[in-house]
Amino acid sequence: MAMEKMSIAKALNESLRKALDTDPKVLIMGEDVGKLGGVFRITDGLQKDFGEDRVIDTPLAESGIVGTAIGLALRGYRPIVEIQFDGFVFPAYDQIVTQLAKMHARALGKIKLPVVVRIPYGGGIGAVEHHSESPEALFAHVAGLKVVSPSNASDAYWMMQQAVQSDDPIIFFEPKRRYWDKGEVETDSIPGPLHRAAVARTGSDLTLVAYGPMVKVCLEAAAAAQEEGKSIEVLDLRSMSPIDFDTIQTSVEKTGRLVVVHEAPVFYGSGAEIAARITERCFYHLEAPVLRVGGYHAPYPPARLEDEYLPGLDRVLDAVDRSLAY
Amino acid sequence: MTVESTAARKPRRSSKRTSAVKTTAKTPAETPQSSEPELVQLLTPEGERVEHPDYQIDLTAEELRGLYRDMVLTRRFDAEATALQRQGELGLWASLLGQEAAQIGSGRALRDDDYVFPTYREHGVAWCRGVDPTNLLGMFRGVNHGGWDPNTNNFHLYTIVIGSQTLHATGYAMGVAKDGADSAVIAYFGDGASSQGDVAESFTFSAVYNAPVVFFCQNNQWAISEPTEKQTRVPLYQRAQGFGFPGVRVDGNDVLACLAVTRSALERARRGEGPTLVEAFTYRMGAHTTSDDPTKYRADEERASWEAKDPILRLRTHLEKEGTADEAFFTALEAESEALGKRVREAVRAMPDPDRMAIFDHAYADGNPLVDEERAQFAAYQASFADSAEEGK
Ligand SMILES: Cc1ncc(C[n+]2csc(CCOP(=O)(O)OP(=O)(O)O)c2C)c(N)n1
Repeated sequence: MAMEKMSIAKALNESLRKALDTDPKVLIMGEDVGKLGGVFRITDGLQKDFGEDRVIDTPLAESGIVGTAIGLALRGYRPIVEIQFDGFVFPAYDQIVTQLAKMHARALGKIKLPVVVRIPYGGGIGAVEHHSESPEALFAHVAGLKVVSPSNASDAYWMMQQAVQSDDPIIFFEPKRRYWDKGEVETDSIPGPLHRAAVARTGSDLTLVAYGPMVKVCLEAAAAAQEEGKSIEVLDLRSMSPIDFDTIQTSVEKTGRLVVVHEAPVFYGSGAEIAARITERCFYHLEAPVLRVGGYHAPYPPARLEDEYLPGLDRVLDAVDRSLAY
Repeated sequence: MTVESTAARKPRRSSKRTSAVKTTAKTPAETPQSSEPELVQLLTPEGERVEHPDYQIDLTAEELRGLYRDMVLTRRFDAEATALQRQGELGLWASLLGQEAAQIGSGRALRDDDYVFPTYREHGVAWCRGVDPTNLLGMFRGVNHGGWDPNTNNFHLYTIVIGSQTLHATGYAMGVAKDGADSAVIAYFGDGASSQGDVAESFTFSAVYNAPVVFFCQNNQWAISEPTEKQTRVPLYQRAQGFGFPGVRVDGNDVLACLAVTRSALERARRGEGPTLVEAFTYRMGAHTTSDDPTKYRADEERASWEAKDPILRLRTHLEKEGTADEAFFTALEAESEALGKRVREAVRAMPDPDRMAIFDHAYADGNPLVDEERAQFAAYQASFADSAEEGK
């Protein structure tokens, strides 16, 4: 059993390397992914080892990147494309939503679109405008896409493997501010399904649900609450589409309380979907309304204000208190 | 049926006329589109064969009759579909009337292993690919979104979002090059589409990666109600130059020129020399779709002037003049056309509505628990109606 401690960035890099190594049809495409290894170095060294034909520096054209990846997938390739930053996916949004998501259904299942779209997302790195956004709900709303985000190195490694092997298009959101967080990766264990939520911490008084960058905040909040004698369960959703409502339901039936935490604006966010479904499923188990903690319905603020915008420990604990007060 | 390359054969007697195509000189600034610079033509509107220094073609009598047959049957199919829409059998139809030469000429230039990325109007190309015309009608009737298997005939599904497919074609062509295959890819789009970013991006990608793709723009003069002048200030074929590959304007109502020019562009792609933009200068004689009313935006005289250039009439005149086809051929074709119309009519009327549960089919290749849950809810809901109907009896 190979067990290694590595950063999320390194885990993704190793996972991409393995994908290129295992399947000659796997390609990596994007802006600056070659020599530079991507602006976050996630593809570092891959072009050197696999060549310019497999790790392809593309023109600076996001619709072109996704659109040609679709064509390559139709030809039997399995492209993994990198969108440099969350805020720059929109020129490709048309191709993703109208073509990538729907082409399999349009062809009555006769063709497959195994394309992975990697998007470093979320705030907390002091960036300029368009470099800190969380547009996951915009993709999760679209049938035909699967939307996932790992929160730790092991998931980063394995979820990327599963995404590449999937015959469905996967929007793979990478929590950029966690790229340098280290964790254990067991490189030969067989993981559960891509859409399965994980219980990151067990507890009995309240359930916190988060994904990507917010899982760490929730774990810290749960640890802090523990000192005040509150037992908090933390779920790492891992997949925003589909959502593993069964795991959430099981937890909420135990705790009776649910708080959903994400960086994206609360309004029409994934928290709304979770709140609605869990209310339908667990109405008689709930001791309090499902509460949400997230970004505001305002443009992502300049870096000096992002700590106010992003849910931090205090805002999460505040919501925990409000829920427990019902 | 593929028309074999016959470039090596001797020119026919009637093609001795070597006069260049006459162009009515208009400065580009006045009318960037309506002038016809460097229009490759091999068959005049009067049905005369002319030569072009770069594009020679010599077809057998049978091949010429074949092109004629293709155009006539495609037009007949198109007319039938229009009629079916009027009768309420189709929700919408996008007619190709007037564009038969552009489509049949380019379509017959393709090899079986080439791959086609069409828009929603490429019925003639589909015909050349051997796609059963009735398959094209499902999406217009509303029973599917284009449910044929693209890999059966190397003919991709119709694409409604303007310009999207040019990128798919380019990516596919990049894959062809990676595979070391010597086939080519062709992307169809309209003059309106030339304004879309995706088309520009596909030009960039194909040039940068030297992808074996031919961009076949049917400039039918209109994007719904907007004339080409609203899309560009330079003739469209000249766009290619800025991206680093050749562009050529061909008489889109001349099936021979369309065949020769497309064949040459495909061969160039196969030789690894990269993309070509072909602008087929043609005219959409009907409405944009059956929902459109062209009388609101264009003059009757315009259509009349283009009728004189009708692609089918032009080849017929030529065939008759040369004695390439006799009366028996035309009569037999007439009967074949009627039979096709009948077959299409019957097939459309017999098309069943899709099963209700098909809503959920193929949303995902690998399945999805959310879809499974909603499918089960939907099934239970439907079953509840069945039950109450039973009880009512
Ligand atoms: C992205 C997009 N915008 C608008 C439309 C609506 N629309 C359908 S066809 C059309 C005109 C297209 O003109 P052109 O590209 O010249 O092709 P033609 O229909 O003339 O063959 C428009 C605006 C669309 N389908 N896609």
